Amino acid sequence: MTLARHHGGGAIVFTFIVALLLTIMPLPEWARYLRPDWVGLVLIYWCMALPERVGVGSGWFAGLLVDLLTGAVLGQHALALAVVAFLTIKFHQRVRLFPLLQQAFTVLVLLALHQLIALWISRFIGRPGVPLQFWLPSLIGMLIWAPVYSMLRGIRHGFRVN
Amino acid sequence: MTCHCQTGCTIKLIFTQGPSIATRLILFAALSVVLMVMDHKYKSLESMRAGLSVVVYPIQFTMDAPGTLTDWFSESLSSRRRLQEDNESLRTQQMMQQVQLQKLASLEAENIRLRELLDSSFKVGEKVLIAELLSVNLDPYQHQIVINKGEIHDVYAGQPLLDAKGIMGQIVHAGPYTSTAMLITDTSHAIPVQVNRNGLRTIAIGTGTINRLELPYIPNNADIQPGDLLITSGLGGHFPPGYPVAEVTAVQHDPGHTFSQVAATPLAELNRSREVLLVWPGKTTVLDTTDKPPVPPAGDADATATADTPPDGTPPAGVAPDAAPAAETPAPAAAATPAAPSRAEDTE
Repeated sequence: MTLARHHGGGAIVFTFIVALLLTIMPLPEWARYLRPDWVGLVLIYWCMALPERVGVGSGWFAGLLVDLLTGAVLGQHALALAVVAFLTIKFHQRVRLFPLLQQAFTVLVLLALHQLIALWISRFIGRPGVPLQFWLPSLIGMLIWAPVYSMLRGIRHGFRVN
Repeated sequence: MTCHCQTGCTIKLIFTQGPSIATRLILFAALSVVLMVMDHKYKSLESMRAGLSVVVYPIQFTMDAPGTLTDWFSESLSSRRRLQEDNESLRTQQMMQQVQLQKLASLEAENIRLRELLDSSFKVGEKVLIAELLSVNLDPYQHQIVINKGEIHDVYAGQPLLDAKGIMGQIVHAGPYTSTAMLITDTSHAIPVQVNRNGLRTIAIGTGTINRLELPYIPNNADIQPGDLLITSGLGGHFPPGYPVAEVTAVQHDPGHTFSQVAATPLAELNRSREVLLVWPGKTTVLDTTDKPPVPPAGDADATATADTPPDGTPPAGVAPDAAPAAETPAPAAAATPAAPSRAEDTE
């Protein structure tokens, strides 16, 4: 695991920063409830593509930044994204070979899991329940998986990240 | 452990990853749980949160920059005529407010004199600072905002925040350069208020809807009606007394319930204001143009005289002059607890 063999770490960090920016980007009121989980999508992609570089630790740290940015209790998204990273790596060899549509459904499950864990924690600390539209971001994440996937793959090949 | 193969290094990597990912997951999960417990239960991570908020500050700043730039451009490119019109209207407005302020100064002095007769202290002016909202979105299910003032401007957690129309909320996390504030409509926020008309004290609780507060502890026979102005009562110690909070919109008496269902609309423009005011209760004003009225020497003798003999009918000024209804509300007991963001214990 020497530095010479790794390449393009900056590109990975850049995609995460863009995802974090999109997470707090001001949106009109109605669209705020539809905002897909950008950090989750980027994390799933990198865990699937480069499981030896982006893993549970990266997911955890990205989640901690999400906590800080969104004003959640520290550790809420960190835990959820660590679990998402773990499962993605666990099944990355299988999911990588899926056709894009099937991959999108796997992504739906993973994103919903992120939301479920986050919701579970926020309920645990006494926040009120959420309406059904709470789950829309996961659905939208599934719908935009194909473009996100091809874009991130373009970045990975363009910057020869390995 | 070294790689001997010429081409397929990925094969090796799968088997030499240090601690297995399951171990890592358990490690990080445990760390998360520790963080959550410390952050939520003991609130002992404020310094760490403040430190880490410096890390995310560039991200917030980058997101805020386009909006700030647009504002700046539109302001510097706006036509001369519009600026003149703005200037004109602001001048008129200032004139009107100056006139009102002249009256206020004498009223303020009179109020202080009268309160001294009742032997109570009443701070009028507070130190205030204007802050701006960063145009970033937080969790849509929590009513929180980020402002561009932090600990270097003496902002502290629990500090009241208001706009030109009324109370907006309070600071929950103060970082070095930015702070997060919770609005009064957040579901975990409660604010001690009183009805301006008769001094009836109660608590206004956030509903999670941006234009609605609820007053759940009003007995059926209490004197409250739509149109009543709710102001801060100052109980609880977080908010300075006397600032407008909300206007009662609906009162529903249901004989089957102990309490009426009372709804109110916040007066502050919670989802529109870009400039907000931070208040330091207890500190003297800096924006006040009039001098602090000194203790009037004429009323001095009277004040001491009345203090010795407490008037029987008049309650001390801290207590509002309300009669039986307020005594029945559980509000005073509950109001003693500060309206801290952790109201989780009493709900749910």
